[in-house]
Amino acid sequence: MSTEFLQTLWFILIAFLWIGFFFLEGFDYGVGILLPFLGRDDQERRRIINTIGPFWDGNEVWLITAGAAMFATFPNWYATLFSGFYLALVLMLLALIVRGVAFEFRSKDRRPTWRRTWDWMIFIGSLVPAILWGIAMGNLIRGVPIDASMNYVGGFSNLLNPFALLCGLSSLLIFATHGAIFLSLKSEEDIEARASATAKRLWPFALTSYIITVVVGFLATNIFDQITVIQIVLLLITGAALATAGWLISRLRNKEAFITTGVSIVFSTIALFASLYPRVMISSLNPDWSLTIYNASSSSYSLKVMSIIALIFVPIVLLYQGWSYYIFRERIGRESKLEY
Amino acid sequence: MDPVILSRWQFALTTIYHFFFVPLTLGLGWFIVIWETIYVRTGNEVYKRLAKFWGKLFLINFAMGVVTGIVLEFQFGMNWSGFSRFVGDVFGVPLALDSLLAFFLESVFLGIWIFGWETVPKRLHLASIFLVALGSNISAFWILTANAWMQGPVGYMINEATGRAELMDFAALAFNPRAWLFFWHTISAGFTTAAFFVLGISAYHLARNQNVDFFRRSFRLAATIGLIAAVVVGVAGHVQGTYLLEVQPMAAAASEALWDTADPAPFTVVAIFDSTGKRETWSLQIPKALSLLYFFRPEGEVPGINQIQAEYETLYGPGDYVPLVALTFWTFRIMVGLGLLMITLGAYALFLAVRNWPSKWARWLKWIIWVIPLPYLANTAGWVLTETGRQPWIVQGLLKTVDAVSPNLEAGTVLLSLIVFVLIYAVLIAIDVYLLAKYSKAGPDAEKQESVDVAPSVVGAQG
Repeated sequence: MSTEFLQTLWFILIAFLWIGFFFLEGFDYGVGILLPFLGRDDQERRRIINTIGPFWDGNEVWLITAGAAMFATFPNWYATLFSGFYLALVLMLLALIVRGVAFEFRSKDRRPTWRRTWDWMIFIGSLVPAILWGIAMGNLIRGVPIDASMNYVGGFSNLLNPFALLCGLSSLLIFATHGAIFLSLKSEEDIEARASATAKRLWPFALTSYIITVVVGFLATNIFDQITVIQIVLLLITGAALATAGWLISRLRNKEAFITTGVSIVFSTIALFASLYPRVMISSLNPDWSLTIYNASSSSYSLKVMSIIALIFVPIVLLYQGWSYYIFRERIGRESKLEY
Repeated sequence: MDPVILSRWQFALTTIYHFFFVPLTLGLGWFIVIWETIYVRTGNEVYKRLAKFWGKLFLINFAMGVVTGIVLEFQFGMNWSGFSRFVGDVFGVPLALDSLLAFFLESVFLGIWIFGWETVPKRLHLASIFLVALGSNISAFWILTANAWMQGPVGYMINEATGRAELMDFAALAFNPRAWLFFWHTISAGFTTAAFFVLGISAYHLARNQNVDFFRRSFRLAATIGLIAAVVVGVAGHVQGTYLLEVQPMAAAASEALWDTADPAPFTVVAIFDSTGKRETWSLQIPKALSLLYFFRPEGEVPGINQIQAEYETLYGPGDYVPLVALTFWTFRIMVGLGLLMITLGAYALFLAVRNWPSKWARWLKWIIWVIPLPYLANTAGWVLTETGRQPWIVQGLLKTVDAVSPNLEAGTVLLSLIVFVLIYAVLIAIDVYLLAKYSKAGPDAEKQESVDVAPSVVGAQG
């Protein structure tokens, strides 16, 4: 296997890990964001949390794995991205910390203020990453100031450009819609109805925001300067999937709608990585300073070792994680046993 | 202020904090496996209650371990991009293995364990906690493999063109003897931590005559495991110490405050250092004892700090290659002292359990609650010793800590994040200790009312 092949393979595998992460964690962020609004009392909120209870931690491991895989296969990508987006990631970490403990701690005390506080922590801990990942991806595709020695030289405010913020808004709305549909599939009675209604109300905003983001990207940035047919197709699929989701929701075909919001997350992420390739981080200062799969990667020996590891363990992980979704396939209703 | 110093503080604090939660997870998981196994085999409900009661404490602790662990993985890149670029090729591989082999296993099966008491077959439920315990131990192995590589790089080559370390031999990385020594030392420390945690809480209830049968069972198991594990920690630690003499002589000399090469070498029992922490003002020594400890005979050369410093200057150029001796010296003594104390306490606890609780001895039980912090202190001391003993290197002999920091980080930025982490971690530890104390005190019976297993209709009526 040539080094170029391995580098491309790992670029695809890392894209795959991010896609998996956004698809899975996308709906549990969404559920977390909707929690304070769709649960009217403590018991309802517990039912809502329990729809993602057995899953959210395993979903988050997709992120940890994506990070570790970047570290191992593209050390320069990992180093530039994580040191460059420093404060954004501090904020992200804070959100993930409070969110993680909130799930475990909220039911450990009966006082209503205690529970309300942790419910809001789940909300904030889901809202902040849902926006920040969009902002991060927006900047990744738009390009950031990277100098000749691969270091990010812009500040935090540099990341908050209009295009990236729009990406953040889009990811938030898409995740929220995705989460609302997931919730409608995993709950019963009132909560199911409310979740469906929320999805119905949210999807036009998600679609509109997505369209505006693409248009602004087209007009105000140079990310589409060398646009290819493939990218156009990917972007169209994303938009069409979001529109179809709306149509399906209105006909109460929520299972299919969940697949279509999933498709929109998957294809927008593919579009992003396809536009990057073979670059991994675009320098807005000088195209020659961009990080690519060639100058950012590990040696071919490491890539080979990692390929063997991934070939063996990724399928196993997919199997047992998928199986855990099968085990807990039942809807959470009034009679269900609540753990969180 | 210097971004390097601030980044070091942040990494040290977040790592030590993370390591408050990890050892308990490493050991307590297996306790639950043992109890649930007995439950599944005998159908005796008391073992289910044991698994559930200790499982609840396990979960509270586990959550903290998970969220503080993410911070570490991000921080390598955030604060230490120089390090990440230099070592990613080698260091990233065990980290990725950690995720793929351990984190997924732990998170998915813990989900099944928490939510599956009523839903999945008993054996599958037991298998879930077994896989969680196994996953946490696998995770410890890979992260220690990564750390062992920083202490003594193996299986790599420096690529002259890129100036980066590249992996040459995966087997050398995975079968690094140092990693395995670290592993046994850390895993047994995890079992010790869990054992003393269980001992302390069990003794609290036994001293008050609450749920005597229940807590005698947990006390007995904890005393047995605690004594064995504390001895294993010591043995593994000793082997590790003699190995250190070969591969990291500076760290060894610094942990003993041995300034000059000597044969036979004296053992310094206590020492007082000046404000630099690198000069001694007074010490109490036992002649020949250090050689005796290292070689089991009253002779044998042990290299001293001054000589190694001179050697390193010819090898690596001018510079200060001496770690903060006061810190390595004292953390080493704290760790070993606590280790010996825990062996004694473990023996006392086992004596109580085996001799059927003689009242003459059992009256000391109420003090046993205070043994809980001991392994935590020892774990922290050991961790600080390992990491500071390597300084000024971040990767022994290859990369200095000052060259590893992200060059684009400003001091103010790091200070901000440091403050933020300190604040949130302080709040969380208070909540964590509150919850652990609350559920420990409540005991197994209170579980039905206090826990999350409230019948939905009851809560519904309240709402």
